[in-house]
Amino acid sequence: MAADFIQNCLDGLMIGSSYSLLAIGFTLIFGVMRRLNLSYGPSIMLGAFLGTLVYLEFQAGNFVVALATVFGAIAAGIYVERVCFWAIRRGAAAASMVSSFAVWMQLEEIVTVFFPERTYSFPPMIEAEPITFGPFFLAVENVIMFGSAVLLTVLLHFCLYRTRFGLALRAVSENPRAAEFMGINIAAIMFGAFVAASAFGGVAAYLIISTDGQITPMFGLWATFKGLIAMMLGGMGSIPGAILGGLLLGVIESNSLWYLGAEYRDLSAYFVLFVFLVFRPGGIMGQLAVLREQAATRRV
Amino acid sequence: MDAYLISVLSNIGMISFIALSAYLLLLVGEISFGQQAFFAISAYGSGIVTAMWGWPFWAGVICGSGLGALSAALIALPTLRLRGLYFSIATLAFAEMVRLIFEIFKYQVEIDGEMVGPNGSDGFRDVRAIYEQNIPALDYMFIIYALLALVLLGFIVLERSRLGAIFRMLGEDTMLTEMQGLNATAYKLLAATMAGFVAGIGGALYVHLYTYVEPKIFDVMLGVHSLAYGLIGGLGTAVGPLIGVAIDIGLLESIRIASGYRMILFGGLVAVLLIFRPRGILDEAAVHWFRVRWRRVLNARN
Repeated sequence: MAADFIQNCLDGLMIGSSYSLLAIGFTLIFGVMRRLNLSYGPSIMLGAFLGTLVYLEFQAGNFVVALATVFGAIAAGIYVERVCFWAIRRGAAAASMVSSFAVWMQLEEIVTVFFPERTYSFPPMIEAEPITFGPFFLAVENVIMFGSAVLLTVLLHFCLYRTRFGLALRAVSENPRAAEFMGINIAAIMFGAFVAASAFGGVAAYLIISTDGQITPMFGLWATFKGLIAMMLGGMGSIPGAILGGLLLGVIESNSLWYLGAEYRDLSAYFVLFVFLVFRPGGIMGQLAVLREQAATRRV
Repeated sequence: MDAYLISVLSNIGMISFIALSAYLLLLVGEISFGQQAFFAISAYGSGIVTAMWGWPFWAGVICGSGLGALSAALIALPTLRLRGLYFSIATLAFAEMVRLIFEIFKYQVEIDGEMVGPNGSDGFRDVRAIYEQNIPALDYMFIIYALLALVLLGFIVLERSRLGAIFRMLGEDTMLTEMQGLNATAYKLLAATMAGFVAGIGGALYVHLYTYVEPKIFDVMLGVHSLAYGLIGGLGTAVGPLIGVAIDIGLLESIRIASGYRMILFGGLVAVLLIFRPRGILDEAAVHWFRVRWRRVLNARN
């Protein structure tokens, strides 16, 4: 009984690390833009299909496939940023969101035109026996995914807190107007944040898809919504929150799958999200910011 | 009229209801990803009422849309405190919960030796009220458009009333509205309830035309589409969402030549449109321009 629960939690943490990676990309874009990019999942899906293309056409090795995936994700991300965010004036948040949805439809159709069969195989990262210790076991791919998530997070933390770009990015995220007065080129920072988030998404996509061993155009929708839920659970705009939110989502899913059955997996995830939003809209880490905002409103 | 044209026009009419529902919430400044939930609740509710309890079609529409309004009000109570994206995601979570509950919801009775009723992910079959009452497809299309005209009339009256002005003010600035001594939450609750009602009419009409619904239809794509219609057509008037629906379904159905690439074309068109007109084709400025012109014409005549 307890062993089942622990094994579920381990599985959940491993799957959750991929959600965390997706959520970090989301949070980076949202923290800087304050606008929702629905096209995030589809653009990294386009990257993954570029990876598939390189694999199928040139039998490229894992490293090249991963590189192609990240490159494709960044290229698609730049397209989304230029069309849906840079070109639309600030303040028209709903227009940006709908525009990103329109671009989503475009990207999905581009993929189905070039890849008419729906499912394609993707090269596995590594072939290895699962690691066992006592009654528990872990798949090696998942451990690699978890490790990469930790590594990337450390890298991101370094970028955000130790570089000029990171400082500027945090300033824009805190207060865009004040940042502009300080001589920060907001458009450039937003562009940079988008590229960084897309690169992050590309790595996440490679890790997730090579673990699954296959890719379909549905990946776009899946990635957008898993990333979004994980971000909201953790707290909007908070990077530690995104990581915790992703892990929490993974644990909820694996446990409800085990105890309640497959049809309850997504249902319980949405239920927890809903309860969180109603009672603790700031998620795990963002509650402070929400309370501050409420206090400011009350003062006015 | 041939059957194909009737089915396309009926579809445009029914989807217009959910587009208007999302538009109403956009007016008060809230982005909802979840109007498809009330569409679904009404489709199931009205189907149960007519197919399983044997009530007439009209009772089904009334029950369905009432159920839509009721559930919208109940769900708006806890979620309307949330601002901006928090509200949007809460509506998304709710709508997905509704869809997933319908995936496991089973309630069947035996009618004439056959099991009728919602059957989990197999959906809800044999909602035959309009066929039993011998309403032909053309007449049903007129029923859809008559109801749509009524709702549209309601919207036009609303926009010229004090309530409409309050709704638009809420959309501009919630705090400003509260400073006028108006209860912003109560007005948003009213808007959400009305939006649930409007979506409900569409849902009830939908299930009766197709005699069959399954939970998959009510996924988040329907919600995002209905949101997009208002922003494509324009937020200046209730005609805007209808233009959005007509462009999407009508135009896409008619250009079948570019079948493989139509979403690339259409997505690009919408993206370019939103760059130049972030509040849609018929935005507030355009509507104002038309009103001024119209008044000039009237004055010239006098």
